[in-house]
Order: sequence, then structure tokens, then C-alpha cells
Amino acid sequence: MNSSTHLGALRRHSTAGIDRAALKAALVDSLRKLSPLHAVRNPVIAIVLLGTVLSALITVASGKNPGFGLAVTLILLVTVLFANFAEALAEARGRGQAASLRAARRDLVARKLDDAGGETRVAAATLKRGDRVIVSEGELIPADGEIIRGVATINEAAVTGESAPVLREAGTDRSGVIGGTKVLSDEILVEVSAEPGGSFLDRMIALVEGANRQKTPNEIALTMLLAAMTLTFLIVVATLPFLAGFVGASLDPLLLIALLVCLIPTTIGGLLPAIGIAGMNRALAANVLAKSGKAVEIAGDVDVLLLDKTGTITHGDRQATAFHPLAGIDRDALRDAALLASVADPTPEGKSIVRLARDLGSRVTEPEHAHFVQFSAQTRMSGVDLDDGRTIRKGAGDAIERHVTALGATLTPELAARVQQIARSGATPLVVADGNCVLGVVELSDVVKHGVQERFARLREMGVRTVMITGDNPLTAAAIAAEAGVDDYIAEAKPEDKLARIRQEQAGGRLVAMVGDGTNDAPALAQADVGLAMNSGTQAAKEAGNMVDLDSDPAKLLAVVEVGKQQLITRGALTTFSLANDVSKYFAILPALFAAAIPSMAALDVMHLSSPANAVLAALIFNAVIIPALIPLALAGVRFKPAGAVSLLRRNMLVYGVGGVLLPFAGIKLIDLLLVVLGA
Amino acid sequence: MIELLLVFALAIGLGWPLGHYLARVMRGDPTPLDRVFGPIERGVYRLLGIDARRGMSWKGYASAFLLSNLALGVVVWILFMTQAWLPLNPDGAPNMSWDLALHTMVSFLTNTNQQHYSGQAQLSYLSQMVGIAGLQVITPMMGLAIVVATLRGLFGGREQMAGGTAATPTDEARGERDVGNYWVDVLRATLRFFLPLALLWSVLLASQGVPATLAEGPTYTPLDQSVEMRSQHVPLGPVAPMVAVKQLGTNGGGWYGPNSAVPLENPTPLSNLLETLAIILIPVAITFMVGPLTGRRKLTALVFGCMALMSVVSTGAALWSEAYSPTAQDAALMEGKETRFGASNSALWATLTTQTSNGSVDSMHDSLAPLTGAVTITNMLVNAVWGGVGCGLQQFLVYLLLAAFLSGLMTGRTPELFGRKIEAGEVRLLALLILLQPLIVIGFTALTVALPAFTGNSNPGFHGISQVLYEYASAFANNGSGFEGLGDGTPWWNLTCVVALFFGRYAALIVPLWIAGLMAKKRVAPTSSGTLDVETPTFALTLVSVVVILTILQFMPALVLGPVGEHLALTTAGAAIP
Repeated sequence: MNSSTHLGALRRHSTAGIDRAALKAALVDSLRKLSPLHAVRNPVIAIVLLGTVLSALITVASGKNPGFGLAVTLILLVTVLFANFAEALAEARGRGQAASLRAARRDLVARKLDDAGGETRVAAATLKRGDRVIVSEGELIPADGEIIRGVATINEAAVTGESAPVLREAGTDRSGVIGGTKVLSDEILVEVSAEPGGSFLDRMIALVEGANRQKTPNEIALTMLLAAMTLTFLIVVATLPFLAGFVGASLDPLLLIALLVCLIPTTIGGLLPAIGIAGMNRALAANVLAKSGKAVEIAGDVDVLLLDKTGTITHGDRQATAFHPLAGIDRDALRDAALLASVADPTPEGKSIVRLARDLGSRVTEPEHAHFVQFSAQTRMSGVDLDDGRTIRKGAGDAIERHVTALGATLTPELAARVQQIARSGATPLVVADGNCVLGVVELSDVVKHGVQERFARLREMGVRTVMITGDNPLTAAAIAAEAGVDDYIAEAKPEDKLARIRQEQAGGRLVAMVGDGTNDAPALAQADVGLAMNSGTQAAKEAGNMVDLDSDPAKLLAVVEVGKQQLITRGALTTFSLANDVSKYFAILPALFAAAIPSMAALDVMHLSSPANAVLAALIFNAVIIPALIPLALAGVRFKPAGAVSLLRRNMLVYGVGGVLLPFAGIKLIDLLLVVLGA
Repeated sequence: MIELLLVFALAIGLGWPLGHYLARVMRGDPTPLDRVFGPIERGVYRLLGIDARRGMSWKGYASAFLLSNLALGVVVWILFMTQAWLPLNPDGAPNMSWDLALHTMVSFLTNTNQQHYSGQAQLSYLSQMVGIAGLQVITPMMGLAIVVATLRGLFGGREQMAGGTAATPTDEARGERDVGNYWVDVLRATLRFFLPLALLWSVLLASQGVPATLAEGPTYTPLDQSVEMRSQHVPLGPVAPMVAVKQLGTNGGGWYGPNSAVPLENPTPLSNLLETLAIILIPVAITFMVGPLTGRRKLTALVFGCMALMSVVSTGAALWSEAYSPTAQDAALMEGKETRFGASNSALWATLTTQTSNGSVDSMHDSLAPLTGAVTITNMLVNAVWGGVGCGLQQFLVYLLLAAFLSGLMTGRTPELFGRKIEAGEVRLLALLILLQPLIVIGFTALTVALPAFTGNSNPGFHGISQVLYEYASAFANNGSGFEGLGDGTPWWNLTCVVALFFGRYAALIVPLWIAGLMAKKRVAPTSSGTLDVETPTFALTLVSVVVILTILQFMPALVLGPVGEHLALTTAGAAIP
């Protein structure tokens, strides 16, 4: 696998900055976007383009002062190109990412199974939903699908950038496979789940390219506000000649065009498409594929986050951490019995008991002719029947209780107390019995993942409440909830509880995000406002959610929330900045406009610019260069630090509002000084 | 300066209890006064066939508002055009021309009171008392009713505000929310709030010597024989009640043409204080009504804080300009100022009358220093410094929504106000309001100065632009004061001003109500630490910045070519006024 096609590599690219190929493609595209057909899609920029054409015509027709006219025309043209470039660059980066995704699945050959059971080799692109293919060790999976037979370890690095292999197994919640990933061991039978060109990746690619990008609701609202401001400025500028005419001043049409272009919100207008595309790209950089820009935006509004405990908050595989013998029982006896009961147990819990017993010095050899009893849903116990007639069992408290009372024993209250105590501490008690004699309890702890507490604290700062969902009993759940720092929990949760909780939160007016992977999560994922499905999860879950996390890391939602918020903040901040800029532009252009006819207006020239012509050029140049200057900000998003809304507002108003008023005064003055030096 | 402090202190001191009383009136709480007012109200409901218990959707409310205005408008228009044949016309005022009558009717129906006529000469007592004063009483209360309905909508409708019950899905399925009953709101506010207050004020003013009579005015022979007239007829009438009403209800249309600059309307320093106080009393009281009405006490702090800040800055600028600006000492500018009270009290009145959309004057505004003129025009363009009764708060809510929209984006959440999202539907309506004002004010100004034949402008140059800009800003803001010097009784002025008055009143009142109607139906998001708290100094300053920036962006060129240009021309040595 060519490593340059890794999304992981891509992620590094996109965070590192703007690569050369994307720059080149964007330059070409920004010229192509000059076409009026494209321009009308962005009214603000369309007006600048119209102004460019008019100013060219005026310059040619009037013939006086051609140098100034040419300069104005060129700056206007450059303004349009800059705006086009911003959009083109965001798109080019998206296309770059998409191309890498596509490369991962080119030229694959599939071993398709026909009805008779025979195998035919076909091109992966011809596979349809429902086709069954066999994939063996060392082969690439030809299409998205679900394992219907077998288990395999798979390297998904091509898509996720994560090189550690993952286990995928039929009939579990981890049965989904992605086209383009590699099977490392075993053979699996995969049922294709997507039509050609309709796989997740295909849809994501289309979205990433921005080809069928739809404006998000907030973007539509903002566009309306910008359109109103643009029309307002049209009215202001169009009426100005009449007002000026009344006091005997005739205004240069070129200057009026310049004033209009400076006033209309070109900065935010030029950067708006780029911000939208960049939001999707940033989500992708976090390895989250969003099905729409809207989904990313909504993530920023989320009030409640529902998380499964297992795999998200805790590692999920419970580890034996201590042996608690009952009174009168030797600690070593418990240890050895637990070991014997677990040697044949393949579960992580069983293995961890053996490991702990050995660590504590157990030297018991593995029995040779023993009969091992596997865990069954009926008995809810496992264990071993030894040659010497001992029957050792381990299991949940109530299962062992039933087992030993059936054998004629009576239980001491001590056992119940022990079990309670361990459960309250957040661990799982596993009771060990030898015959009808209860030896003690093994403590299995579910270890809370490192760093989750900080993440939840961050979410809380952003106003997002976290709710943990677990099948554990209330005591265990409460202990883990306290340790992980979640705001609320649902213990002994059944799948339908998730859906009920989401509906309940939504009825209270909250927006709910949910992370899930299983088929039984699908209804909840669909009901949630933001459903983040794990890529390792079932097809149903992925279809139901509106985002897929390629890393299958449920804590990823935090990143998505931040991307969503960043996107809104970037739009709001640049809108504020754009409008605040206009104050200084008035002070630059109005005195220049009236300079000839009304000398007293010079008093308004607070920047003391060198000449009326230079004042106009300086304002126009500032107006143009601010667009490329802000492209990195638009693509990377305004810096976001989780904080209360009021302090965010204060910060952004100071930087983009107050800064937006002051910066252009300095900028225009500086450009004016440069113009004097250059042109003198 | 003492008068300034006294006026603000009294406005706040009296506004606070008045606002709380008003909130009770608008909520419909039972009071001991029910025994007095209840029977009257029930009588009116029966007469008009109104079911007082029925709530209305925003559409029903707006329709009732428009219907009542249409009916009143037609009656008053006909009254003005036929007054010569009707009783109570001792001074023999003639019938009004159709266009002047139309403008006068619309002007008073929209709570503007722009006067293209001179009251004492062109209106009969009947027209003054029924047509003018009747509208002056009822229209401010209509504005108040609309803003109360808008507030109810923004908080999800009346049942949400009263009981505080949580929204249930069945509520949402029911469709439109109840924003109140228009007829009940207007009647209760008029009967229980405005009329008693106006009665009190007219008694106080009458005690200062303001005429209150139905008899024909006396005729005097001037002592000074050099004046070229044998006798002077002094028109009188029920002046005191009308002055009380025009001052309290942000009306502004006086009995006499020169308004409160006439000693008969404003005879003593005490009457001047009373009248100045009356200008802002109800607008201030309304800010105190907001908290108890909505159940959010801090909301009053936000509204009052923002308005007081803008008011202090604007008043300070006007007083400074009148006292210290380079043009203030110009002797020519003392013509038209009320010398009995002095330039600073004139400036105080001028700025207050434009901060509220009152429009009464005690000096001629075109005699103000140019920068004071700029302040008064800006006040009217903002139109929410205190604003007119009801409409000021309504315009403030527009700014609140705009600021909440921008702030919401800047804090990384879909913008919301009081837990309800501000989305494309609402922003579209806000955009309409943003566009409408420059379109009408600057549009008509440009059109008028481009066609000098129509303007009837008494002044060339910057001052001429100021006059025209002032007239349209005043009309759109439903202020009603004039810059004077315009021959504004012509069909051109009457008709264009009617358009400005119409949109400035009905669009500015109904569109926010429409927005509130949309928002009322939305799901309410509970507050979290991610929710932007609007009742904070940070948001208040953001809101004021939005007002300032928006006004600068829309009107700076017009102001530069009007009052600012005049100021610069006067201060630039040797430069003549172009």
C-alpha cells in the first residue's frame, strides 16, 4: 500500500498547511471562476466583478487619468481573484483528500461468489449491493460490506491512518469492513452493502470535493444578512451623486465604484464558501466523515452527549485486580481455585485472572484430564471439573448462590456484603466456589481510560452534558460515573433506554449527540441530532448515523463539536470584522470623493493620506489583500478555547470587532505610505 | 444641568413604579381598581362584540391592529375634510385639502404627529379634540400593545409566560401561539394607564397657566402701533389636556404650530420641566415594565442599561455641541431658540424629543448648532434610544435580535434568543427591516434634492440636505418634529411623507411581531454554560456597537453631506457655505 494515499498522511498534510499542488490547482480554478455563471452564485463577489467591468469601461471611455483608472480596475479584478482563490483552495484541498481516498480502491479485483457457490473474478467496480465476495489473507477488501462468515484481522491504515490491525467478526457489532482495507489473517465472506459509487467513501468523496455541497442553515441565514447589507450599500452609493449634486459637487463614477466595493462585505463574502468547505475538511482531518456540512454545524450546538460506557469511558475488558477470600478461607486457596477455573477461559477476564494469580505466586499446574465447563447463558458460570472430583465454578454472585444452594449449602451474609462492597467501588465481583463451598470473590475492575475526565471537563466548559449508558448495576455505574466525571448515567440500560433518553432530552429542547456501533444502536443514532457511528460498527449503525468515525474512537465527538463551533465562530468573527472595517474605509474614501468640490471635507481625512487618489487606492488594496491574508484563518478556523459563551463573545468582539475597526486605519495608512515610496 | 439631572432622576423614580403597574395592567392581573375599570371595560367589549378571554395568534393580533387603524383613519380623514361644516369650530377653520388631510391623518394615526399645517389656524376644536387628541391617546397604546404581544411571542406565547409550563409536543402541534388579545390590551392600557396619567399632567399644566377652555379665543389690540396690525386674535382651546397627551404619548403634535416654543403651551420653567419629563416618562417606564412582564428581571437591566447609555452619550453630545462646539456661539443660530429657557435646555428638549419618537419642540431644530442637528437626526435614525411608546422597545428588539444573531455565531452556537433559535426565516425579516430604512429615508432624500422644484426648500447647500434628511428621518421614525424652513405643505411632501410614515409605523411594528410569531412556535432550548447570557455587560456593549456601526454604515455619507458638512463649512475659515 502506497503510504502517500493514506488518509493519515493526508491528515498530516492538511494540518501542516497548504501544499503546492493544491495551490497550483487553486490558481487555475480562481481564473475559471471568473465566469459570470459561477460569479452569480456569490452576490457580493458578483457585484465586485460587475464593478471591475464598469471601471474598465469608464477608464476606456473617459480617457482622462488612465493610470488611476487602470489601477482601480486591476485592484478590483484582483479582489475577485482573491475571493475565487479562497474558495478554489479549499476545494482543491478537498479534492486532494478525495483523490487519496479513491486511490485506495482503484483496480481492485473481487472474488465473487455466485449462487452455485462457484468463484468468479470480477472488477470491484462492478459489485452490487448483496453480492458476496471471499477475501483471504493478504488481499484487499473490494467494497464496503459486512462480514457474514468468519473472523479476520484487518489493517485499515489505508482509510484511517492507524496501522494497528483491528479484529472484525461476523455476527458481532464489529462486522463492518471498508473497501480498500487489507485482510491480514484468515478468510472472510463479505456481503457487499453499497451500490457501485454509492459507498460511504464515494459519498464522502463527493462531499469533500464540495461538488454537491449544500449551504448549511446558519450559512443561509448569514448570506441573507450579507445580502441586505450589500443592498443597503448599493442604496447608499447610488443616492450619493444626487446628494452631492445638491451641494454642487459632481462625483467621479470610478470613486463611487471604489466606495461601493470597499463597503460591501467582500471579506466575509469572499471567504464564506471556503469556511464551509474547510469545516468539512477539518472534520475529515480528525478522521470523521460527515454526511453533510449541516451535521458538522449542528455538532457545535449539541447540549447532551450520550456515550456507551464500554470502549468509550472504560477500556471495556475488565481486568482482575484483587482476590477477596471469605473469612476462614486461605487467600492462596482462592487464588489457585480461581486460576484453575480460568485456565481454559478464552475471555479477557479469564485471562486476566490467570495472569493475576500467576503474578501473586500461584504455581498450580494446568490439570491434564480436567473437564472444562464453558460459560453458558443459562448457568452464567464457567469453571472446571477436576479428576479428583472437585468442581470449581466462578460466576456472578446470584448464579453461584443458586449453584451452591442447590448443592445444599447455606450462604453467609459476609458474601453478600463483599459482593456489594466491590460493586459499589465500581468493580465487578466474580464469586468462586469449590463444590458447595464459597471461597471468595475476584474483583474485576473496568479501568477508566486515561484522559477521559479532562475531555468531559472540556465538554462541560462548552456547555455539553455527558450521559453514560451502561448495563452495569446502579452501584457500579455510579462509581464509574464519579471516576470518569460524567454528569449523569443510566444503569442497567436496555437498548430501548437509549432511544427513550434521547427523546426525553429532545422534548426538553436539547440537542443530543449519540455515539454507537451496534445494530441495536441504529434507532438511537437516527433519532439523535448528531449520530456518530463507529466505522467498525455494523452497516445499520453507519447508515443511521450522520457521521462516521474512521478511527472508531467514540471520544472523537469532542473534536467534532469543536469543529462545528469553530466553523460558526469563524463565520461570525469574519462578518463582524468585515463590517467593522467599513468605518475606516468611509474615512479614507469620503474625503477623497469630495476633495475637489468641497475642500472643507479634508477635515474628515483623519489618516492624513497623501492624496485623494492614493487614499482610494490604499483603501481598495487593503480591501483586496485582507482576503488572502485571512485565508489561513478561514481554512484553519478561528482559535477555539472552550470557555463560557460570554467570555468567548468578549474575546471575539475585542479581536474582530474593535480590531476590525482599528486595523484598517493602520493598514490603509501603511499602504498609503508604501504608495508614496513606490510612486512618489 | 440641574434640569437635566432632575429630569433623569424623576423619570427613573417615577418610571419604576409606573412600569411595574403597567406590567400588572398588561398581564391582566386582578387589582383593586377592577371595580372602577371593570364595568367600563366590559361595557366596551359588549359594545364592540369582543370576547375578552379569547387569545389571538400574531396574525390575528396584527390584523386587529390594522383593522382598527383603517377604521380610525377613514373617520378622521373625513372629519378633517369636513370640519368647516361640523360643530365646535368657533374660530372658523376651513376644510382641509385631501392631501393635507391624508398626511395629517396618517401622521397622527402612526403616532408621528408630523404637522404640515398650523394647528391653531387650520383645525377646528372638534378636529383637535376628536381627531388629533383621540389618536394621540390611542395610538401610543396601540404601539405598546404590539410590543407587549411581541414580547409574549418571543417568550413562546401568553400561556408560556403566565404559567411557566414546559412546552409539550401537543403544544407545538397546535400551531400558532397566543400573543394576547389586541382589543383588551389597547383598552386596558388606555383606560387604566394612559388616561389617568394624562389627566394628572393636564391638571398640573393647567395650574401653570396653559389654557383649558372650549370658548373662542380673545382678540387684543397691540399696544405697539408700529406693528402693522390693528388687532390680534389669540386662538385658545383645550390646550392643557392636549399638551399633556402629546408629551406623554411620544406624540409631539401641539395645539399651536410652533409647538411648545409658544408660551401658551409652555408658560413657566415648571411647565417646561413637566413637559420635558413627560417626553421620556412612559418610554422609561416601559423599560421597567419588561422585567415583571416577562418574568426576567434582568432583561429590564439590559434594556434600560443600553438605552440609558445611548441616551447619556447622545444628550451629552448635544449639550456639548450647543455649549462648546465652534458653531455654538454663532449669533445667527440663536434665532429660533427659546431664550426664556436658554440654549442648553433647548438642547436637552431637542435631544430627548428625538431620542423618544416624541417630536414636540421647544426650539426650532434648524437653529441648533449643526452638530446638535446631527445628534437629533442620528437619534431618530436609531429610533431606539428610548424610542416612542412601544415602537422604541420594538425597534430595540430588532437590534437585540441582530446582536444575538451575530453574537451567537461568535460564540459557536446557532444563534438563539431566550432559548429560541434565530434562523433563516427570522433573518430574512430582519434583513427586510435593515433595508427598508435607508431605502426610504435616503431614497426620498436623494429624490427630493434631485428635484429642487418639489422640495420647497428654504436653504441651499448642506443645510438644505439636513432639512430634507431630517424630515424623512423624522417621518420614518414616526417622530414628527421638523427641521423647519421646509415648505412642506405640498402634495409632494404630503405624499412621500405618507409613504415614509406608513412603512416606518406598520413595517417597524408588525415585522418584529411576525418574527416573534415565528419564534414563539420553536422548541425552547434550556440554558447551559454554552448559552449566551444576553443580560451581561459584554452583550449590552455588543448590542450598542451593532446599533452604532449599523447607523454609521447606513447613514454616514448622508450625514457628512448634511449637518457634518455644514459644521465643517462653518468652521473652516474663509469658506463660504456653498
